[in-house]
Amino acid sequence: MSLFSSQNRKLITTPLGKDNPITVKVLGICSALAVTVKLEPAFVLAVSVVAVMGISNVIISILRNGIPPRIRIIVQLTVIASMVIIVDQVLKAFVYDISRQLSVFVGLIITNCIIMGRLEAFAIANKPWPSFLDGIGNAAGYGGILIIVAFFRELLGSGTLWDYPVIEKIGLYNIGYENNGFMILPPMALIVVGIIIWVQRSRDKDLVDIS
Amino acid sequence: MYSNRYIFIYASVMVVVVAVVLSTIATLLKPMQDANIKMEKIQSILASFHIESTQDNAFELFENHIKHQYIVNYEGSYEKGNAFDVDLRVELRKPIEERQMPLFEVSDLNNRKNYVIPLYGGGLWGPIWGYMALKEDFKTINGVIFDHQGETPGLGAEISTPVFEKQFKDKRIFDKNHNFVSVKVVKGGADKDDPHAVDGISGGTITSDGVSDMLKNNIRFYLNFYEQNILTK
Repeated sequence: MSLFSSQNRKLITTPLGKDNPITVKVLGICSALAVTVKLEPAFVLAVSVVAVMGISNVIISILRNGIPPRIRIIVQLTVIASMVIIVDQVLKAFVYDISRQLSVFVGLIITNCIIMGRLEAFAIANKPWPSFLDGIGNAAGYGGILIIVAFFRELLGSGTLWDYPVIEKIGLYNIGYENNGFMILPPMALIVVGIIIWVQRSRDKDLVDIS
Repeated sequence: MYSNRYIFIYASVMVVVVAVVLSTIATLLKPMQDANIKMEKIQSILASFHIESTQDNAFELFENHIKHQYIVNYEGSYEKGNAFDVDLRVELRKPIEERQMPLFEVSDLNNRKNYVIPLYGGGLWGPIWGYMALKEDFKTINGVIFDHQGETPGLGAEISTPVFEKQFKDKRIFDKNHNFVSVKVVKGGADKDDPHAVDGISGGTITSDGVSDMLKNNIRFYLNFYEQNILTK
């Protein structure tokens, strides 16, 4: 099986769309609400999750034949927690401002259900390379939604994108436009996620529950 | 099927490996993290008397604007010393008479003398801290900067926003008869003309009260210093 066979490619592409952790599985919502006020922290958290998830999946996959099933959850948690601590320490050393903004949410990657879910559902039973792809795919699916939500919240709430004053530059304030303060509040992230889910389901009828 | 023996050995080895890896990484990154924390402190002190700085010019601005660093004792006498490295947490745990507190004498943008007092206290979830710049009379606030470890975003965390901090400018910590009254953060909104009160934060009452207490507890230490060195002059 080649490295990027169609089966392997699917591991990356389905979590981006049809099997998205946030919009379809509705996992990892809490951090999606909290860090999406601005693009920059959302992007950093997305990259952090990609790193933690890709590497944890590989580690668990390499160890999978030696892990005693009775303590496998503990082993998984230890691996995730260690990766998260490393990411946190690296952020504190190199991007201190952002690590202050993300505060507890980096630590909370540990409890992000997507990561545990992928380790338990995929990495524990598959080879390292597919596991790596699965981890990257799911983390990217999560991070992608984070960035989309942050894009709208920062643009409409603060009038900036990546701290660049877009609205001011195109002169919308001069004709009476005002920022929507609501967009800065956490509940609005839920509504933006809701709209994304709505758009996705109206385009892909397979996702609509027929019950 | 794995034996108990295998499981115990597996878990033990895993724990040791993880411990070694994490402590190595933490030790390697520590110097960079400490430098970041120091940089943030420098920028906060500068910001308390309205000097904007970037990471590139903060050291230089600090050198230029900080005229003297003092260590003050409770009786009000002071000596030159490294105020920057005083650990407020340690000092505040001591009885008030034994504390050796830091004080910065600085010059603001208009070259007027200011005093900067570091603050440390407790919010709802964890520590809150800040820096207060007093004008030359030691009575009028020039500016404050607050920060916190983990107050609730949108509620208690609002203490570190400019909107909240700006309210403190030109408030007074002494009343007309030179009695110390500090500045209170008032729930439900302060009287506009009250020189000793600012508006609290809706939904952040415990953090607001924490700010009031922090101001009172930290400033009262410097009262003897004020009486002996500034009031009499």
